[in-house]
Amino acid sequence: MSTSSETVTAPVTPASGAVRGTRLAFRSAVLGRPDAPVLYDVDLDVSPGEILTVVGPSGCGKSTLLRTLAGLLPPLGGAAEVDGVPLTEPSADRALVFQEDALLPWRTLRGNVELPLAISGVPRSERRSRAESWLARVGLSAQAGQLPHRVSGGQRQRAQLARALADSPRAVLMDEPFGALDAQTRSGMQDLLVEVLRGTGATVVFVTHDVDEALFLGDRVALLGSGRVAAVRDVPGPRDRGAVDDPARVALRRDILTSLGT
Amino acid sequence: MTRRPLARYALRTVSLAAFLGLWQLLTSLNVDLWLRFSQFPTVTDVARAFADRLSGGDYWTDLTDSLTRILTGFALAAVLGVATGVLVARSRLAEDLLGPVLEVIRPIPAIALVPVAILLFPSNEQGIVFITCTAAFFPVLVSTRHAVRALTPVWEEAVRTMGGARLRILGSVVLPGALPGIFGGLSVGIGVSWICVISAEMISGQYGVGYRTWQDYTVVNYPGVFVGMVTIGVLGWITSTAVELLGRRLTRWLPRTSYVPGGRSTRVPRPAAVPVRADGDSEHQAQPEQQGHKDTEEARDEHLV
Repeated sequence: MSTSSETVTAPVTPASGAVRGTRLAFRSAVLGRPDAPVLYDVDLDVSPGEILTVVGPSGCGKSTLLRTLAGLLPPLGGAAEVDGVPLTEPSADRALVFQEDALLPWRTLRGNVELPLAISGVPRSERRSRAESWLARVGLSAQAGQLPHRVSGGQRQRAQLARALADSPRAVLMDEPFGALDAQTRSGMQDLLVEVLRGTGATVVFVTHDVDEALFLGDRVALLGSGRVAAVRDVPGPRDRGAVDDPARVALRRDILTSLGT
Repeated sequence: MTRRPLARYALRTVSLAAFLGLWQLLTSLNVDLWLRFSQFPTVTDVARAFADRLSGGDYWTDLTDSLTRILTGFALAAVLGVATGVLVARSRLAEDLLGPVLEVIRPIPAIALVPVAILLFPSNEQGIVFITCTAAFFPVLVSTRHAVRALTPVWEEAVRTMGGARLRILGSVVLPGALPGIFGGLSVGIGVSWICVISAEMISGQYGVGYRTWQDYTVVNYPGVFVGMVTIGVLGWITSTAVELLGRRLTRWLPRTSYVPGGRSTRVPRPAAVPVRADGDSEHQAQPEQQGHKDTEEARDEHLV
């Protein structure tokens, strides 16, 4: 984390103040694979620029919800909308960060970060400098030329983060991106995420099974359980490590854990 | 660390020398137990015949003819096999349309297609290329199909969520990801190609190593037959090594890199002076190069034959 992330200033930060996140919504949607619906009656509104975390027991449909938003799965009923328009296919506007290794193993970290830029037609030289500055931002300057399997799991997830943000998406969908990391790396990654998201204005939907992670990152927390969205709660003091002892936060945490049945 | 590859080369040389020595011994002593070596040319006979051939022009014509045929056939097979394999693996329609026909043709030994080749093609030359191509086509097709189907879905999903369309997925995910499997098929394919090009030349060729070998046999020139066989062996070895090396070069990103003869340096420049064993395995991000070294050391070279 210490590698020269301070030396480079924000590379592609949009004009500050302008909210450029998308509005994501479900309207009485049924979600799942074609022959196996897992979530019913989903009504959810994610405001532009908001960070919504989604928690729930494994198998409850968290990933399904995210994949539908990404456009990889069509809703089985109802609608999924982006800025009021039903979404039909994946788009570079909505980046997806996966839990496991989604980096292409034959490309260097730099090559992976350049890929979304190449797809959106950024000229080669600019591609490279933008990728380099994003890698610097996530502290991977020294590893830019390495292949993914030559770096640690935490570094791979940082590279994935850089790849997701490189083409300035208006929404970032994250599927337990830190799930496979140890506790210490994980909290470092959470701080990094908060830092790199600052100023992008992107809407974030962050799926996790870790309640504390959900409470730290989210403006709101959506709870999934028994085939539906059980509750959506506002989080007091989001992204504030000091707010852990806040009584309201403690109460919310207890509530969520109770309803998750732990 | 560098002693090991050298020792292995020494071992390989010893293996070859022992084989030749045994051959020379059995034939020069005219050993006639149940196996009869008395009619067999000795190594020195073959070597003399070889030297004679090398000075004549026909040998080189044969060589270039055979090489032209096999390289043309193999290149065609590689392109067609990869294209068809990808198509069949990615499209259900293509699978239904092409699958049955391919599955019926596949079990037919390519050399059994000689009559077909004679009927179809105006010249022998094209027929031989056709047979060579058919022989290598199926291993390439089958391994490409398997490799494409076995691709990690996350790679494709990642590129799709970046807004990548079909061509982009093909070029950035499918082909590079399937490359290790494709090269498996190419390695098998080049071997089968040699079998078929030689057989086809024996049946219908004019010039070519196979043709010459058969000619020598019909005139009872046994040393000549062995010169042909040695030539086929060496050419086969060189071409399959070339395929193997190209494959390794293109799939260097694979986590477990194979041993590369001569310790070719990887893409990442490594500090030469760092002793490999000096690192305590504290943080692996700090010494990826050394890891590479270890991989190189531990990985097995599967291409000894």
